[in-house]
Amino acid sequence: MNKKSKVVSYNKWGYIFLIPFTVIFLIFQLVPLATTIYNSFFENYRSGLTQIGPNFVGLQNYGTIITNGDLPTYFYNTMVMWLMGFIPQILLSLLLGAWFTDPSLRLKCQTFFKTVIYLPNLIMASAFAMLFFTLFSDSGPINSMLMQIGVFKEAYQFMSHVWTVRTLVATMNCLMWFGNTTILLMAGMLGIDPSLFEAAQVDGATSTQIFYKITLPLLRPILIFVMITSLIGGLQMFDVPQILTNGTGDPMRSSMTLIMYLNKHLFSKNYGLAGALSVFLFVITGILSLIVFKFTNSDKVK
Amino acid sequence: MDMAANTTIAGKQDTGASVHARRVVSYVVLILISFLCLFWFYVLFINATRSNSELSLGFSAVPSTHFVENWTNLKNGTLPILNGLINSLVIAFLTAGLATYFSAMTAYAIHAYDFKGKKFMFTFILMIMMIPTQVTVLGFLQLIGKMGLDNNPTALIVPAIASPAVFFYMKQYMDSTLPLSLVEAARIDGSGEFRTFNQIVVPLMKPAIAVQAIFSFVNSWNNYFTPALVLHDDTKKTLPILIAQLRSADWLKFDMGQVYMMIAFSIFPVIIVYLILSKHIVGGVTLGGVKG
Amino acid sequence: MKKRIVSLLVLATMTATMFAGCGGSDSATTEAPADSAATETADAEVAAELPADTGKVLNIQCWNDEFQSRLKSHYPGYEEVDATHGKIGDVEVVWTITPSTDNAYQNNLDEALLAQESAAADDKVDLFLVEADYALKYVDTDYAMALSDLGITDADLADQYKYTQSIVTDSNGKLKGSSWQACSAGLIYNREAAKEVLGTDDPDEVQAAVADWGKYNETAAKVAEAGYTMCSAYDTFRVYSNNVSGKWVQDNKVVIDKNIDKWIDDSKELVDAKAEDTDDLWGDDWAKGKNPEGKVFCYFGPAWFFNFCLNADDPASIAGQGGWGYCVGPQSYYWGGTWICAATGTDNANLVKDIILKMTTDKGILKDIAQQDADCVNSKTVLAELAADDSGNLDLLGGQNPYKQLAEGAEKVDLSNISAYDQGCNEELQKAIKNYFQGNATKEEALDMFKKAVVEKYPELTAE
Repeated sequence: MNKKSKVVSYNKWGYIFLIPFTVIFLIFQLVPLATTIYNSFFENYRSGLTQIGPNFVGLQNYGTIITNGDLPTYFYNTMVMWLMGFIPQILLSLLLGAWFTDPSLRLKCQTFFKTVIYLPNLIMASAFAMLFFTLFSDSGPINSMLMQIGVFKEAYQFMSHVWTVRTLVATMNCLMWFGNTTILLMAGMLGIDPSLFEAAQVDGATSTQIFYKITLPLLRPILIFVMITSLIGGLQMFDVPQILTNGTGDPMRSSMTLIMYLNKHLFSKNYGLAGALSVFLFVITGILSLIVFKFTNSDKVK
Repeated sequence: MDMAANTTIAGKQDTGASVHARRVVSYVVLILISFLCLFWFYVLFINATRSNSELSLGFSAVPSTHFVENWTNLKNGTLPILNGLINSLVIAFLTAGLATYFSAMTAYAIHAYDFKGKKFMFTFILMIMMIPTQVTVLGFLQLIGKMGLDNNPTALIVPAIASPAVFFYMKQYMDSTLPLSLVEAARIDGSGEFRTFNQIVVPLMKPAIAVQAIFSFVNSWNNYFTPALVLHDDTKKTLPILIAQLRSADWLKFDMGQVYMMIAFSIFPVIIVYLILSKHIVGGVTLGGVKG
Repeated sequence: MKKRIVSLLVLATMTATMFAGCGGSDSATTEAPADSAATETADAEVAAELPADTGKVLNIQCWNDEFQSRLKSHYPGYEEVDATHGKIGDVEVVWTITPSTDNAYQNNLDEALLAQESAAADDKVDLFLVEADYALKYVDTDYAMALSDLGITDADLADQYKYTQSIVTDSNGKLKGSSWQACSAGLIYNREAAKEVLGTDDPDEVQAAVADWGKYNETAAKVAEAGYTMCSAYDTFRVYSNNVSGKWVQDNKVVIDKNIDKWIDDSKELVDAKAEDTDDLWGDDWAKGKNPEGKVFCYFGPAWFFNFCLNADDPASIAGQGGWGYCVGPQSYYWGGTWICAATGTDNANLVKDIILKMTTDKGILKDIAQQDADCVNSKTVLAELAADDSGNLDLLGGQNPYKQLAEGAEKVDLSNISAYDQGCNEELQKAIKNYFQGNATKEEALDMFKKAVVEKYPELTAE
């Protein structure tokens, strides 16, 4: 890199190699983002086979969304189901990660266990949700199994209770992601200088102490990274509750997520409201991504 | 890699019998968790082998004999699952190919060259990485409508060229494994920039490309939201859309055997491929984890 | 009737090349009586106005494979290629099947019809099917062809039930579709269960036990005591919703009729008493009653239900053992039915016309349909014939002949309160009120949820 003049002559290739990304990004992401925002100011839907609008209505769509009060509810639902999945997920991952990397345990069959716990991550979320729906239906295998061993006298209606539906969604999310998180955390744990552990052991620290005093603090950056990416993934939660509840989010829309709500408007081709809703989601995720960005930059951990 | 790390430290003696107890506990928990991960798929497999009337009798732990029959019924039914499989495969393959190749190219642009706006570009891509596709999908649908790409798989494939997350991974990988001296050496040998990228950089990036290709493939394979809004013809639909249609049940005339078979059909091939490639996949996550 | 045959004759000769070797025209000609004369020329002219078919592909939009299987078994010359493709002569038949749940079928059809003008010849929709719940939405547009423009005359359709025509008549009085079914419906009961609970499985006596809602509810209580479930609350919905006093949508406002309200209250009581359950129609749990182990007393359904939903092929099912009985039930109502519409812009007008005529007016074919598929067909003559002798006896009903009740019911059907929003409203109401039935919401909360959902689906409406 010493001969500056020569480097400069090559540097135009930097721009050239950026062309495909930039062009495609502009066309398929930036233009849609702009038109989405543009749409949010119009009344634009279809009544039967007749197109209504687009008619400019200013901020009316935003007003509708704010005044009907649904957005906070669905935000709450989304967050509740995310937390219900995320908390066990991160605890489980920490535990497994600690075990897998704990030299004193010398666990056998690690590859097998890692393969198994990562497996659900690759399963089509829609197929997984459909599977859970059939398994947990009133006359499905889970009910018949529980009745055979005498837990229930009659079929338990998993789909008719707020907390069982939410729990099912959370369970699926947790199952699909804890393997991934475990492996990420393990990588972080193995990255910690082994001499720290040795020193602690020499000082007579127990494994529990080592975990809380050394592993956990040093894992903080990666934990934050995992948490925020998971949060953003959680905000986008759609496939699982959508298919499990057939788009209704029942009981009483207690499992309706933000994206399911957006999907409802997109599906009935109400572009005005869908646009305004997208802008809200954009703002929410925008704030969150700024936070992530701050963390990834300031902590220098990446 | 982690095994190696373990054995080096594990040479020393553990203190106390508590290790033994902890080991037992961890095995028990691990087996329980593995059971939780696999149990659903076991039930799925069993149920895919049973006929509808057997299914209505309740759960059984033993497979039955209707596997082939369910499959034939499903294959000859109105749900074009073979088409769905091919569509999913084609879209996922092309998406994975475009995403990895062009992300590597973009990462290379940022990595190897010094130009005005480079820093801005990097920051910018990082920021858009977090924007969910869902918030732009409305404009996206209108756009592809105008471009005549509605109901056309191209609309799902081409946008993969701009995949910020894949780019980010590639960039991290290049930072750690691609010395610029190599590029310099190629220049001195008179290799053109484009050729250098294709013949030197891409082969060096193979591990990263393989890992990201697998992830992009899986993402696309599992994607439901956008394809469901873009594809309308039955023959063009991908597997997740067809699965979702199972929820409107008069489809398979209430034959649960077929429903389970359909779910099995979309899950088991992935599991088999995964088991073959699991080393690379699990290793790949770690690779990304260390740097990401 | 004669006119129809004449026009078929003309059609047959006109499109001889197209139908060469496809048997369809033959059967029509052999059937023609010698004395057809009078209006021959008029019809011939109408038929001749249709441009010759140029389409190589016949695109049919539908939501399940019912019509497909009818066409396969009864339309002369239809050959099946695979589940979504067929052949009639040289014409390839392409089925686009989209499930109707959550308006998916309508949304898909909307897109196809809106793109009709610009679509390539092979992609143009030729035929599409509609249900009564939303027929008006399509019938009242130019996307559906008037049957008269196809050269189908009133006389061709004279044997059909009136209500089947009023459903697909647009605001200008033009008939835009035709159905092979007359879907008056009743109560299909499990004979074993009836014997156990009521001491008899005779249709008249069972009818007496469910003759009105009061008696029905009493019977339901007994049924529950005997360890059966009467049916799903959603089974009875249509009986109530068919007997409403006003439309779902009046002046762009959603109105909950008092009979709908009655359904909610009656059902809630029965659900709480465990006499009815809340299984969604078509779901796996709901379908369990087709086997004896399901312990379901009855289903509510029309004739197509017999064959389409009761799994008669399975010897283990109640239907397979001839274990169902049929009676009219608490109130007369209809359910569903499939109407065939011709899409404007079709390039297979003659074929479309022939399919409509054969499948919905040809008495021979209609009788076959009734006997093979236990459909209640849209022909007064055929139903009368079937009711008159044993030819209408159905195995799955234990040999009972339901056609007299079905024919009477079809005469009584009144569709004056149908609106273009019926499917969306019915579906959303049933979804929302489930929360009330299952105790997750009060009635008011559930109804508010319904109103919210309807406005989301139809932004042009108001609910308060």
